[in-house]
Amino acid sequence: MYVVEMRQITKRFGDVVANEGVDFQLRSGEIHALLGENGAGKTTLMRILFGLYHEDSGKIVVDGQPARIASPKDAISLGIGMVTQHFALVPPFSVAENVIMGYRESLSLDIKAIEAEVADSAARFGIEINPSAIVRHLSVGQKQRVEILKALFRQARVLILDEPTAVLIPQEVEALFGILRNLREQGISIVFISHKLNEVMAISDRVTVLRDGRVISTIDTSSTNPTELARMMVGRETFGVTRQGEVATDQPILEVQNLCAVDDRGLKALAEVSLVVNAGEILGVAGVGGNGQKELAETLCGIRSPTSGSIQVRGQEMSGASPSEMTAAGVGRIPEDRHAGVVAELTVADNLVMEYLARYTSRGVLDKKAIRNYADGLIEQFQIKARPTDKTRTLSGGNLQKLLLARVLANHPDVLIAPQPTRGLDVGATEYVHNQLLEQREQGAAVLLISEDLDEIMALSDRIAVMYEGEIVGMLPVQEADIERLGLMMSGVLKEKDNAVAQI
Amino acid sequence: MVVALFIATLTAATLRVATPILLAAIGETFSERAGVLNLGIEGIMFFGAFVSFFVADLTNSLWTGLLIAVVIGCLLGVLMAFFTVTLGVNQHVSGLGITLLASGLALFAFRLNYGGRATPPSIPPFEQLTPLANIPILSTILNQYLLTYIVFLVIVPISWWVMYRTSFGLKVRAVGENPEAADAAGINVFRIRYIVLAVGGGLMAMGGAFLSLAQLGAFTHGIIAGRGWVAIALVIFGNWNPSKVMLGSLIFGGAYALQLRLQAMGLQLPIPYETFLALPYIVTIIALVIAGRKASYPAALLKPYHRE
Repeated sequence: MYVVEMRQITKRFGDVVANEGVDFQLRSGEIHALLGENGAGKTTLMRILFGLYHEDSGKIVVDGQPARIASPKDAISLGIGMVTQHFALVPPFSVAENVIMGYRESLSLDIKAIEAEVADSAARFGIEINPSAIVRHLSVGQKQRVEILKALFRQARVLILDEPTAVLIPQEVEALFGILRNLREQGISIVFISHKLNEVMAISDRVTVLRDGRVISTIDTSSTNPTELARMMVGRETFGVTRQGEVATDQPILEVQNLCAVDDRGLKALAEVSLVVNAGEILGVAGVGGNGQKELAETLCGIRSPTSGSIQVRGQEMSGASPSEMTAAGVGRIPEDRHAGVVAELTVADNLVMEYLARYTSRGVLDKKAIRNYADGLIEQFQIKARPTDKTRTLSGGNLQKLLLARVLANHPDVLIAPQPTRGLDVGATEYVHNQLLEQREQGAAVLLISEDLDEIMALSDRIAVMYEGEIVGMLPVQEADIERLGLMMSGVLKEKDNAVAQI
Repeated sequence: MVVALFIATLTAATLRVATPILLAAIGETFSERAGVLNLGIEGIMFFGAFVSFFVADLTNSLWTGLLIAVVIGCLLGVLMAFFTVTLGVNQHVSGLGITLLASGLALFAFRLNYGGRATPPSIPPFEQLTPLANIPILSTILNQYLLTYIVFLVIVPISWWVMYRTSFGLKVRAVGENPEAADAAGINVFRIRYIVLAVGGGLMAMGGAFLSLAQLGAFTHGIIAGRGWVAIALVIFGNWNPSKVMLGSLIFGGAYALQLRLQAMGLQLPIPYETFLALPYIVTIIALVIAGRKASYPAALLKPYHRE
């Protein structure tokens, strides 16, 4: 008997297919892992079940009855609760207020009675939490417990957890697993969304693997292994390698030693990262998003200050340098968020000279003519389909990326940092970006390519580093890399750190 | 005795001056707590002052005038909700738009109906209540309009209770802090915002009506004189808490009542009388600067909420 059945669910966002003909069955009292890479459609599927999105086609059956779930309210009344990655909590409220919010319809609120009731409920489900604590002061793990309690308090029999361990430290993960096992004992069915193989192996009873919006397989966890899951999760045809010949030298341009940094929340994002990029080489950094890649790129560009460690460019110590000092030292950067990299309301020409304004200014006045000439040149050279006077916000994603490439490459950087350079681009624009990166490599630049797209990494890189939880867990030449091995490293099952150090 | 009487009349005047501003500020408090800054406040007060006067003049019933003004204030609040909640229009723009619209309409209607008169039209205003008339000092203070009693003894306590001790108040605060979380918890964000904007609009119009029906018994162009904007400052001063907002309204009212008395004393000072007029506003600014630094704005204030 299934408690929830989703049949042939299809969901599109514009032209992008997020789910296509997905079948998903949840048994009563099981922990069911939903495994897949970023963008595989796991979260979309569960947001549909929770009423946050609406399926384009397909059917949802709850307890054998067809269900129409138009909003979270409907889902809650069917006994479905969801803990999203961004906690839906009100920070200035107490734990108890957050738990009962929107659930209690009585006119007046007796805070003391409510706190007692919430404490009761927490004890019953084995969740340790102080009902009168203000949520703002809680740790991430505690906030997550409030979210779980909130769902259970609303009589949830189905609990969806979206990447619940992504924000937790290892000890908190253990505590969470304890709570989940306890809930399973009490007959609650749990959907555990994750891309971490070892966690899926540790906690789940069954696994459904999604890739590119489709179900690859649903199997019992006991009858599979991480290697098989990794292949199902990332396996796909690789496209033709366009990288040619060996131009890599032994001349190190960018040297990073034991680099540490924290993320925006002050949590450790980079743990003793060491890597070297030589002239004429592309070093690909693979990894599932959110494992420190963003922070690595930002730290190397001077946007984020390292907490310790060294960054050397051509032997010159640059750690803690500002973005403009980094630019001056020859570090070029393609911004990860394209739209944050330009001022959308300024013209194409203005954006092209933005990083080099001093060159086009005399006595505080912009030299409009020189800017125009410079822009005309770059537009032609980089085939940007726009006029210099166009507002940048009118550009398509591909053209915007060309503009950003033109801006950074016109400065002939020795080091090029390229985080997710083809994300969201169509095939043609992707190829253009790939060719530009390869051209930089041939011209002797040191290119650091950070990507979640393994095909891209395999096709372009000379060497591949794998990041997991802020660490480089493996470093290998592309000839030795295969999808399975990379997949295992990306999900933290396999660590070749010693090897990585040896290779440097 | 003279000093005691001075203080008694000052207190009485303070309560009278504070009444309309407090009414409007309580309305604004609820709107902002739910995440909507209602800059229509000045216009809604003005419209309330006009409509209540006009209807009272027409029907010879002050209470009918007050009731109609409150209803129309609610409707203007709903209009604000339609713009900012349903259409997601910028709250500054729609609020100022409503102020301009309501002020313009009220003036236009006033001209149409009373344009040709040589003297400003007036009606017999509400009588003041006179409890405990035989106790000298106390009776001076208690000599107030019914609406003043209602706002201080009923509306403020109920507002506080609703805000902090009812599930409706919890929803209002949740919607203004984190509408996504509220929505996920099954709270209808749109409905809550509509309700508080409507009720808030009604309270603002009631504030305006108090000025024309009770304090003046007339309607003039400058009847509101920026009291709506002062109310917005008081909401920030009061940290979006009805009882602290009340305290703020008393500070403003006190400064206003004091400057009236200073002017009336006819002191031969080498400063223009406008300095006294500016006093309550200067006090408000100083109070705001001191309290406003610690203000914790509702996190979702000014942000339209969209699903998906």
